[in-house]
Amino acid sequence: MVRGLAFLLLFQALGELISHGLGLPIPGNVLGMGLLLAALGCRLVKVDWIEEAADLLLANLALFFVPAGVGVMVYFELIAREWLPIAVATIVSTFVVMLVTGKVADFLEPQEEDQRAE
Amino acid sequence: MLSNLVEMPLFGVGLTLVVYALAQLLYQRTRSVWFNPVLVSIVAIIGILKTGGISYEKYSLGGDLILFLLGPSVVALAVPLYQRRSEILKRKKPILVGVFAGAVSSIISASGLAWVLGGSRDVVYSLAPKSVTTPIAISIVEKIGGVAPLTAALVVLTGCLGAVCGPEFCRLIGIRSSVATGLAVGTAAHGIGTARMLEVDRLAGAVSGLAIGLNGLVTTFILPLMFLFFD
Repeated sequence: MVRGLAFLLLFQALGELISHGLGLPIPGNVLGMGLLLAALGCRLVKVDWIEEAADLLLANLALFFVPAGVGVMVYFELIAREWLPIAVATIVSTFVVMLVTGKVADFLEPQEEDQRAE
Repeated sequence: MLSNLVEMPLFGVGLTLVVYALAQLLYQRTRSVWFNPVLVSIVAIIGILKTGGISYEKYSLGGDLILFLLGPSVVALAVPLYQRRSEILKRKKPILVGVFAGAVSSIISASGLAWVLGGSRDVVYSLAPKSVTTPIAISIVEKIGGVAPLTAALVVLTGCLGAVCGPEFCRLIGIRSSVATGLAVGTAAHGIGTARMLEVDRLAGAVSGLAIGLNGLVTTFILPLMFLFFD
């Protein structure tokens, strides 16, 4: 558990170093995810080492967004000033993205493989 | 005495955990998607802070400690991706094309609608990266010249909406596979959507996590190009 968390933080730190060092627009934690995936793929890191910690964090992923959401309260006035375009664009666009992405992916999915797997 | 407590990180951490635990209980009892624990917790905590006249700065002393765990959690998304790699590698094309189509449609529909409805330049620009995970969205909006805090708020609102309605909406429009559903919710609603997908199904959650990174990459590169023509 502690070892797993240490590995996750290590890869986040590596990601942060690369992100800041090269001035990349991709944040350190997303780079860290890519680096860890590569390390798992090359068997530099064994999935058993981090599985427990990763599962614990991911099981509670939603909780970690709550403080970010509470931060919205600081910008109430900004949103209230132009609430109509903001509300319509945000709501409609969110459904448009799900429709487009979902339908495109669904259409392109290898059907035969699916049936064989089942 | 109470005012001393509010000055401690204990307050923000404690309030968040207690409210979230109660919100989870409410969600389990009602099984209604509208009682999404993240959404209910955010609304309840804002309500409590406003009622008590407590500033966001005081809350964030503890809130930031919880927010910190988001970093390693994003890294941890590599684990389900690795475990489901064979199923995901088999679907390279639908995943890449799906995210690309979603990223383009997100920018066009969000900024386009806001523009048509008379939104100011700030709002049009700040809305463009709203489906991308917060840190990437902020860096993009700083580059194209929007209002970063507004983007951060819109990203969270988008995430809540996608988490609340995503899986049900996908079923409604006839999307069958869990890969397509996970991809759709992850592309539209980043980490908050992914948190919901992880509860629904492990493969969908893994793909949703992948979509966060891919959408972030695609949007980082195409959005500045698209806005080059808009200006």
